[in-house]
Amino acid sequence: METVDQHIEDILYSVSDPEIPVLSIVDMGIIKKVEKLDDHFLIHITPTYSGCPAMDTIEDDIVKAFDEEGLKAKVKHILSPAWTTDMITEKGKKALEEYGIAAPRDASIDKAALSGEKNQIKCTNCGSMNTKMVSRFGSTACKALFQCEDCGEPFDYFKCLR
Amino acid sequence: MSDINKEALYDYLLLLGDNSMILGQRLGELCGHGPELETDIALTNISLDLFGQVRNYFQYAAEVVADGRTEDDIAMLRKEHEYKSSLLVEQPNTDFAYVIVRQNFFDHYHYMLLSKLVDSKDEQIVAVAKKSIKEVEYHLDFSSTWVKRLGDGTEESRQRMQDAVNELYRFTRELFKPTETEERMANLGIGADLPSMEEDYYKQLHALLEEATLEVPQGEVFQYGGKEGRHSEYMGYILTDFQFMQRAYPNMKW
Ligand SMILES: [Zn+2]
Repeated sequence: METVDQHIEDILYSVSDPEIPVLSIVDMGIIKKVEKLDDHFLIHITPTYSGCPAMDTIEDDIVKAFDEEGLKAKVKHILSPAWTTDMITEKGKKALEEYGIAAPRDASIDKAALSGEKNQIKCTNCGSMNTKMVSRFGSTACKALFQCEDCGEPFDYFKCLR
Repeated sequence: MSDINKEALYDYLLLLGDNSMILGQRLGELCGHGPELETDIALTNISLDLFGQVRNYFQYAAEVVADGRTEDDIAMLRKEHEYKSSLLVEQPNTDFAYVIVRQNFFDHYHYMLLSKLVDSKDEQIVAVAKKSIKEVEYHLDFSSTWVKRLGDGTEESRQRMQDAVNELYRFTRELFKPTETEERMANLGIGADLPSMEEDYYKQLHALLEEATLEVPQGEVFQYGGKEGRHSEYMGYILTDFQFMQRAYPNMKW
């Protein structure tokens, strides 16, 4: 995201992904541009996945957050450049981990983990590497389901998308 | 762009969207009925991806015609013969083997198609294709894994897979037989040149079937017609379900 007025950034920061409430949409990397037009701000957002059902909610939440500050915002959906997990900020990745979702790993580890190789993803509960994939698809399209073989914890892993 | 090409572009976007939409609807029918929890989630997530892609195509199609039609009108309010999906994607969820084989036959095609469309001369098609291909890579991987696992599995799973392959193989060639619109769009550098993809498609597919210890049907008579609106009797049932809300409560919104 290009630099914008601190107040505007704060407003955007207050909006989070409805499915991952600890993750701000700014840290998720889906805000691509903020345009200040005559009587409103135009927020350009890019979807994580084409069918992500959270996008409509996020759009409403952005408009509402601006409205609460007495400002008007409109949202424009853009597809290019396509979102990748590299766009999640370091702060965002940390928030994911603390929330219990393993953050996306680099492409080679991701590939090994998703093809069923064990011990690739760190358990978000106890930190053990003794984990295995249970399902390539987890609670949402962007996540896969893993389980820790030490503490038994099932947890989501945010799949790498490039 | 001339009016005639605009009309063709609109038609092309529907061709692209309809396959994903009807397959997405078929997969949606499995929501809560998948053979096991994870597979159920996977199939419905694939459905969701496909519907997301359809929305991108149809929003663009609505922009192209610019006559007040919305993405929902385009998706929901056409008559059966106006849907341009291929016969393959409307085939029923007979059993899990059929679901996987249908998916895999489509995924191979879908992935190849998108890898051509990322070089289209139409910027918006490029954007949709670049977005979609990342998702479809997962679909192809998922269905291929299951083809191998069930084909090279027990006697029963192998037999069921072979039955599904034998039944569905005859619908594959339609994917590569261009309609007039597809030919025009390919010539304009906007659409994919389908016949040029066919050889690679069968090479990849046959290699996978072989790895899965499944036999490639021989001397097959291929079936065509869906892309030109001549559907099998399954299509009517799909649309009855799919269009029910819009027909019963016109213009309803979520
Ligand atoms: Zn653990």
